[in-house]
Amino acid sequence: MRNNLLRKCTVTIAGWAVALLLFFPIFWMIVTSFKTEGDAIARIPHLFFSPTLENYRAVQERASYFHFAWNSVVVALGSTLLALVFAVPSAYAMAFVPTRRTRDTLLWMLSTKMMPSVGVLVPIYLIFRDLGLLDTKTGLLLINTLMNLPVAIWMLYTFFKEVPREILEAARMDGAGRFHELYNLLLPLSMPGIVSTGLLAIILSWNEAFWSLNLTAAKAAPLTAFIASFSSPEGLFYAKLSAASTLAITPILIFGWISQKQLVRGLTFGAVK
Amino acid sequence: MRIGVHRRYSGLMIRFLPFRSLLYILLAVVEMRGQTTLTIATVNNGDMIVMQKLSKEFQRENADIKLEWVVLEEKILRERTTTDAATHGAQFDVVTIGPLEAPIWGQRGWLTPLNDKLSAGYDLGDLLKPIRDGASYGGKLYALPFYAESSLTYYRKDLFQKAGLTMPAKPTYDDIARFAKALNDPAKGLYGICLRGKPGWGENMAYISTISNTFGGRWFDQNWTPQLDSPEWHVAVSFYVNLLQKYGPPGVSSNGFNESLTLFENGRCGMWIDATVAAGTLYDARQSKVAGTVGFAPAPIAVTPHGAQWLWFWALAVPSSSKNPAAALKFIEWATSKDYIRLVAQTNGWAAVPPGTRESTYREPEYLASAPFAQLTYSSIMAADPLHPTAKPVPYTGIQCIVIPAFPTIGDQVGQLIAAALVGNISVDRALKDAQAATQRVQRRSGFTN
Amino acid sequence: MVDRLITYDPAVYEAIGRKTWRKRLATISLKMPSIAVLFVWSVIPLLMTLWFSFQRYNLMDPGRKGFDGLGNYRYLLSDPSLILSIWNTVLLVGAVLAITIGLGTLLAVLFDQEFFGRGIARVLALAPFFVMPTVNALVWKNMMMHPDNGFIAFLMRGIGLRPIDWFAVAPLASIVIIVSWQWLPFALLTLLTAIQSLDSERKEAARMDGAGSIAMFFHIIWPHLRQAVAAVTMIETIFFLGIFAEIYVTTSGGPGFASTNLSFLIYRYALLEYDVGAASAGGVVAIVLANVLALFLIRSFARNLDA
Repeated sequence: MRNNLLRKCTVTIAGWAVALLLFFPIFWMIVTSFKTEGDAIARIPHLFFSPTLENYRAVQERASYFHFAWNSVVVALGSTLLALVFAVPSAYAMAFVPTRRTRDTLLWMLSTKMMPSVGVLVPIYLIFRDLGLLDTKTGLLLINTLMNLPVAIWMLYTFFKEVPREILEAARMDGAGRFHELYNLLLPLSMPGIVSTGLLAIILSWNEAFWSLNLTAAKAAPLTAFIASFSSPEGLFYAKLSAASTLAITPILIFGWISQKQLVRGLTFGAVK
Repeated sequence: MRIGVHRRYSGLMIRFLPFRSLLYILLAVVEMRGQTTLTIATVNNGDMIVMQKLSKEFQRENADIKLEWVVLEEKILRERTTTDAATHGAQFDVVTIGPLEAPIWGQRGWLTPLNDKLSAGYDLGDLLKPIRDGASYGGKLYALPFYAESSLTYYRKDLFQKAGLTMPAKPTYDDIARFAKALNDPAKGLYGICLRGKPGWGENMAYISTISNTFGGRWFDQNWTPQLDSPEWHVAVSFYVNLLQKYGPPGVSSNGFNESLTLFENGRCGMWIDATVAAGTLYDARQSKVAGTVGFAPAPIAVTPHGAQWLWFWALAVPSSSKNPAAALKFIEWATSKDYIRLVAQTNGWAAVPPGTRESTYREPEYLASAPFAQLTYSSIMAADPLHPTAKPVPYTGIQCIVIPAFPTIGDQVGQLIAAALVGNISVDRALKDAQAATQRVQRRSGFTN
Repeated sequence: MVDRLITYDPAVYEAIGRKTWRKRLATISLKMPSIAVLFVWSVIPLLMTLWFSFQRYNLMDPGRKGFDGLGNYRYLLSDPSLILSIWNTVLLVGAVLAITIGLGTLLAVLFDQEFFGRGIARVLALAPFFVMPTVNALVWKNMMMHPDNGFIAFLMRGIGLRPIDWFAVAPLASIVIIVSWQWLPFALLTLLTAIQSLDSERKEAARMDGAGSIAMFFHIIWPHLRQAVAAVTMIETIFFLGIFAEIYVTTSGGPGFASTNLSFLIYRYALLEYDVGAASAGGVVAIVLANVLALFLIRSFARNLDA
């Protein structure tokens, strides 16, 4: 009995220690965003200080947060939707009509994602210039779809493979055999997997920092460009940077926290044996 | 369900069409209204932020021009604007560039030449000559300077007094070494001298070029052979490394301009050799703890006065691929005019005006009164001659920023190696040998001349 | 059996009728666009990179363009920092994988236990994964690892140690710390859900049989986790091969070239030298390296893809 209590105590302390340690840098950043610049760079970190909103005001004065945030939202959601639209049929085909080449195709797809984006910057920039896609949400959306497609297909492929064959077979035997009915059956069954793939894609698009900086100017710039306007100027900037960063990560943090159950459910589904 | 099939087929096209047609319609409407939109790319430095704020005035006077801002940190801005200029992407109507880009881009025709397009009241002759030279190529001016800087020596008058030292009117590096030793007191968190150590062609290399120049060194000889392994470079870099290792702050290899400024204004440095633009901040009691005791002296000299202080400016230019050159020209004229300077003086006080660009600023009695460092800034800039940066003859222009396209990568690599020597990972000899090899490699690759 | 979901069996057609032909067409035409688009989208950047890698093309020197044969590759291979950057890439991937999966497994086991406020603790522990890599790097660089006013420096001074200049003394290790911190929640979450999907009855049965924690871990939990670990390894490797933002923001590849990985080397060519040809050659080398690694990984986790 006592052993159990001791064990529970240790586990609780350990669990919370880990959680707090992992969360601390973010916490510290949020706290810094309410300090003055002078407080922010103090050698002895001020735990008690008079909070101020001046950084948020300065940030909003300089750059309209909502403009950038809106761009981020549109690009993240749009590219995820588009990626799913293309990934679902492909993953379906690979999961249920595997050929000898399926595995190789999957691997090769993944390997194309392993090439550093910076190597292909100029060619893509030239293409976008000629297509008039520079500084457009459309262009950024397309690039993000391209980036997320391999991961989406791979994850969906894994989830589809987990669908209990018996159910689908039963449907086929019922004389269904109709492609669309299978779709109507398969999709609901693997919805958690699809959702969690979508969530991952949204997070990846939101945080994508290379193309979103290099292919945009003023109109389509998302939050990553917003951050780049507060990092590393001349003069003191920690507090303002913290404010800008807090603004930039808050939507996705909240989104991630709300949807973590979905994420969890989807991954559980995928790992069930 | 049929619709589903269509959607998959034409998903791509449907994405394209509405956006693009909307765009065309919008553009047509906009053109009918006669409103032009300017996309301005600039650095996120204080003076540019002020420009962004005050641009409301410009928009009031020019109701048909709308301004859109792309404000980025220097590194990213440079990569963005260069890629765009080189590929004629037409993303920006106004770009903020420095003495590295202006002549090179001008030569390649990526910028609109400005001489004959300026309005009558602009007073081109009012611009300081070294700046004008630095922003031109082949006699044509390609960018209008927004603010400029040189380097000088900052020191703590109170600490000097306490130690019985006097800063001479023209200090030498021997003096500096002596002073650093006397002032160094790490136990109290006070370091004899603070200098840039952060690697980068615009960070530590800006300073190291000047110290190498003044010790008689140069980057390339007349045959374009790199001189990084020369005795002058050895003496200069060894001096720099030893000085910082003995009397510099800890972690100095992470300190760029910002970090050093923070250290000095918090009273942690006895001396600091860096950009003249820091003077305004150091002198401002709201931000600096040492406002009352900071002294200014020219940048130190060793063997020769040539190239002992650097020259840098941020200037506004119009890319030749811009779709609105007339409006863009109007804007950059406004932002670099005497009226703009007066506007800043009205809003933020004379000490906050963008320094180093116009003679008229330095004749303004109110400015000289509120900024005791102004005279020294002016003389430092005037003494910095980018066309004759070193004692020995050289085939290039530029004091700390050699005007060749390959300079950023050369400067970065050399800066990294010297930072490694500063940290103690490699010896100065090794660093300079590797720097020489790296420079030669890049040189062979790009085959540069200018 | 299930592979025949898409019917190629004429008997089935006859049984269901001519309507099936249209369905079959619909089937193929549903698959094809996706695969075709995928193919095109993956192949075009690859082809362009390949093409440019054989061209001499420097953005700053637009006049000197043309076929260059193996010139770019020769330049790349003669770069003294190439071997080091490949080695750094492997080190980075290996170290972060080891930390995230190793610690991730331990933490997953920990979070599998019931404890007070577990839900909230889990939520906090997940936060780092949602942060932008650039923000992540900036926070660590300016607020945690800064040798003067960073939090870690403050702690070290508190114990009486001299603060370390992380990015000067241990640049690669610092990058490893930053990236591991970001990706640990991902591994934790995936492995935790894998553990939780384990039949609790089996766990109880084992415990009743007298199995200690360690034995239970090795014989019950670990075999079940293998598949999840494989999945995590695959995804994480893809991203770690291209670690860039963190290096860009903190060390810029230095001091010297100590924290330059292949991605950053290519960046140097592309955006400092504006040498598109060399950058493309670097991209090709990166793909080759990635494929080698992928082959190696697949061989180790082959059963995952065939299951």
